[in-house]
Amino acid sequence: MATHEPTATERFVQGILPENPVYRQLLGMCPTLAVTGAMEPAMTMAAATAFVLILANVTVSLIRGLLKPHLRILVFTLTIATFVTIADRMLAAFLYEMSKQLGPYVPLIIVNCLIISRCEICSSKQGLFTAIADGVGMSIGFALALGSIATVREILGSGKWFGLAVLPEGWPAWGIMVLPPGAFLTLGLLLGIAEWIGQSRASRANQ
Amino acid sequence: MDTLITLIQIGIGAALINNFVLHYFVGICPFLGVSRRIDTAFGMGCAVTFVISIAAMLSWTFTYFILRPEAPLPAWVWQTCGGDPAVTVDLSVLSYIMYIFVIASSVQFVEMYVRKFFPPLYKSFGVFLPLITTNCAILFACLEIMKHLQEPAKLWGLHEALTLAVGGGVGFTIAITLMAGIREELDMCDVPKPLAGAGISLITAGILAMAFMGFAGVDKGIERTIGMLLQ
Repeated sequence: MATHEPTATERFVQGILPENPVYRQLLGMCPTLAVTGAMEPAMTMAAATAFVLILANVTVSLIRGLLKPHLRILVFTLTIATFVTIADRMLAAFLYEMSKQLGPYVPLIIVNCLIISRCEICSSKQGLFTAIADGVGMSIGFALALGSIATVREILGSGKWFGLAVLPEGWPAWGIMVLPPGAFLTLGLLLGIAEWIGQSRASRANQ
Repeated sequence: MDTLITLIQIGIGAALINNFVLHYFVGICPFLGVSRRIDTAFGMGCAVTFVISIAAMLSWTFTYFILRPEAPLPAWVWQTCGGDPAVTVDLSVLSYIMYIFVIASSVQFVEMYVRKFFPPLYKSFGVFLPLITTNCAILFACLEIMKHLQEPAKLWGLHEALTLAVGGGVGFTIAITLMAGIREELDMCDVPKPLAGAGISLITAGILAMAFMGFAGVDKGIERTIGMLLQ
């Protein structure tokens, strides 16, 4: 088939590593950089994004027959904004401290390019089951990416992981890692490493 | 005089100390995507500043009169329809949807304007102009303004909201233009292959962010200087 759309399993697997949202597609960079100072906010953010992404995928997939081409982006954004409002209220109700700490970055999920691009690429064209599989796969990939960056930054920056001390007492905490520059540097180097692994695999496959 | 000092502090704070891109990480997509050449980057910065100012004005108006707790318009409607005056009407749960609407329509307006009057600029922006809608910097400015309209005791006026927006836009322009200048030089350099592209840009941005950390405390210094000049 010339116009072959990936199946649900393919969508699910692709989201995790081969098309990882952060490392491969460079999408959703704001939360990736902003909330990865420690594991706990990073994982809360990943969960909130997963909630919005999966529900937005489901909704858009269900109404895909009604979408008009010139209005679809607006419909996507309004769907996402509704679910973000729900997620934001839930965070404020059940995890008040965390919602204070994440501050504006929860509402900023609305403009996370990752979710709009998934609505556009997958769920506005494919059925409900594929859309759910795609949302779950992408969410896992996003959580892995946030987790990897937060791990590096929290361990080097404060010697802890999820608030538990992992490095010895005398570790001189690299303050810069939990500050904004550390986010850029960590993501830049991790991207370089991911790219390096990809390139060396490709050259080995060619031999 | 106090108003002026507050405005200067808000403006400098948004533009330099807490730079939108390098401190709050909003607007990273155009910061990495449109920073290849200085003129395009500067044009993008100006477009964002323009949209941010319009969106901030509109969102301040909506928030102040309709969305904030104890806003006049819904309270009036509530009481006219015979509601209990002791109940506070709070529509702030609608604010995210409202802001997205405001931003999307102002971007549409700017797109039409640029296409009509600056066709070359329009061509060089390409897909990034409609993408301003999903530029976090604009929604972020609206959210910051909303934050300062929550407590009835110290409400922000339109002038403060506008200063924050223009300051943030100028800060974005400064950051993206600096980045474009550095990247034009980087094109001549021998960058390790895996880092080429996004990797080296992010590392450059990290070093820029370190430089911008040096602005911390400038607002206090300005306040003191103005205080001394007035005496």
